[in-house]
Amino acid sequence: MSRHHQKRTPGDIVLDTVIHVLLIFLALICLYPLYQVVVVSISDPSTVMKKNGLLLLPQGIQFDAYKIVFANKNIATGFMNTIFYIVVGTSLQFLTTVMTAYVLAKKNVMLKKAIMVYFTITMYFGGGIIPFFLLINRMHLMNTPWAILLPGACSVWNIIIMRTQFVNIPDGLKEVAMIDGASDFTILTRILIPLSGAVIAVLVLFSAVGYWNMWYEPMIFLTKRSQYPIQSVLREILIDSNEQMMAGAGQVQTKFTVHTNAAAMTLVKYANIVVCTVPILVIYPFLQKYFVKGVMVGSLKG
Amino acid sequence: MLRRLKLDLQRNYQAYLMAIPSIVLIFIFCYIPMYGILIVFQDYKPQAGILGSEWVGLANFAKFFQSPHALKVVRNTLFISVYSLLVNFPFPIILALLLNEVRSQAFKRTVQTISYMPYFISTVVICGMLKSFMAYDGVINEIIKIFGGEPQSFLSNAALFPSVIVFSDLWQSIGWNSIIYMAALTSIDPDLYEAARMDGCGRLRQMWHITIPGIVPTMTILLILSVGGLLAANSDKILLLYSPLTYETGDVIGTFIYRQGLQGGDYSYSEAVGLFQTVINFLLLVFANWFSNKTTETSLW
Repeated sequence: MSRHHQKRTPGDIVLDTVIHVLLIFLALICLYPLYQVVVVSISDPSTVMKKNGLLLLPQGIQFDAYKIVFANKNIATGFMNTIFYIVVGTSLQFLTTVMTAYVLAKKNVMLKKAIMVYFTITMYFGGGIIPFFLLINRMHLMNTPWAILLPGACSVWNIIIMRTQFVNIPDGLKEVAMIDGASDFTILTRILIPLSGAVIAVLVLFSAVGYWNMWYEPMIFLTKRSQYPIQSVLREILIDSNEQMMAGAGQVQTKFTVHTNAAAMTLVKYANIVVCTVPILVIYPFLQKYFVKGVMVGSLKG
Repeated sequence: MLRRLKLDLQRNYQAYLMAIPSIVLIFIFCYIPMYGILIVFQDYKPQAGILGSEWVGLANFAKFFQSPHALKVVRNTLFISVYSLLVNFPFPIILALLLNEVRSQAFKRTVQTISYMPYFISTVVICGMLKSFMAYDGVINEIIKIFGGEPQSFLSNAALFPSVIVFSDLWQSIGWNSIIYMAALTSIDPDLYEAARMDGCGRLRQMWHITIPGIVPTMTILLILSVGGLLAANSDKILLLYSPLTYETGDVIGTFIYRQGLQGGDYSYSEAVGLFQTVINFLLLVFANWFSNKTTETSLW
């Protein structure tokens, strides 16, 4: 950091000012859309209508849009389903990842190379979405959570990252355990996994975010709304403007409903966005360290 | 040899057992679909299966290359990809360079954290916000009117649709994509800056002669990867936002396969289009890698 101790010339001051202004501008652009969503969602619908949604501060504060969201069973079901997909999907992925990485990192395993090639090929070649879709269909996995969970249960990318981590753990530790008569399974669970906390955290985090954001696979494989993850519910609300989905079966006393007018519908949509986005936005600054590490781990392999 | 293998299996059977679930899953969900590629040479009927369907040779490819719509789809895919590359490649680098010049760590970290935020909003929500903000009576047009401009219907205007996709991508990922450059910048030797200052270099010249050369290898790798994906334009957002009004510029290979194949049931034809995309992408990647190896001696393999 020694380069910052230099005396600033007038040119430097101009440069610094320009840089700071640009960065503040960028930060405002990143924040503004979500800020606007929050402001509109708690404002009065008729004011929102008059201003075409451009409000710098909330006007005529109300929380009826949120009452509608919280009374909407579709949202609650979506959240529960997403949590199910995240927990089961991420656990399955974790299991296959550590178990496979163990074999690929172990010394003196004859078929290691062959297994590695078998996995690596799938990173460069694939059958495409159509044969995959036909396969799921033929396996009768359509309209079951397994259409989502099984194909996602094994990630070659994760296996390769995990293998690198296991290889980097000093052999001495593994050998001592071997001499004590520990089985492969014990070495994996008692030595390798406890020593790989940071990498595991990164992989679990990325897997969880993947399941949270997932919408394409549910769209082509699931038709029953009772199985919809939250993103599928949001897709019908935000993209298809499905009023039935938006209103749910909930019974609450509110000054307006989604059917009142276009602005009321916008308010409910925005309240949905806030409810489904803010939890993540509150969490990520605390996990930022792991996300950033994840980018680095991924790029080293790429 | 066989005896050694037997011994190996005996000694490592537990380790091998642990790999079996992954091997089976990969076989089912990766290798069986590869076998499914054969349907591009067939008139595939789901009831008949691959073994029972009629073989038609290259008819599906011929149909694709002769249809005017197919050409449009390839053209749109290339256009949106190149447009996206031109916008989304340089800006994260510029952001990293700007952040690198900031002295206050607190300010720098705040801007970084805020700039990552849009990346954590899901695709569906981003598209929902775009649909509402970009509407004819939406916020963006309200702002345009304040500055004396003409309101536009962004999402039903084929001429503007690609820009909506590309610039919303930039908004969402500029901060996130700068992470990798920020990391490359921290590995530059501070002595280099010291030496440059001794020689009387100002900050801009230091940036030009030290900072930028320091991240060129990272830039090259990411550029190769982008070129390898030119025909794989990310169709997620397009699928959520396009409409028949914007097919003219917005219909890309990914959305075409979805409509024609998954919705329309024209499996063989749409898989032929998908295979064409995969092959071209692979060739582009090999070419970009070869070119970079020749010119800058940086390459993926």
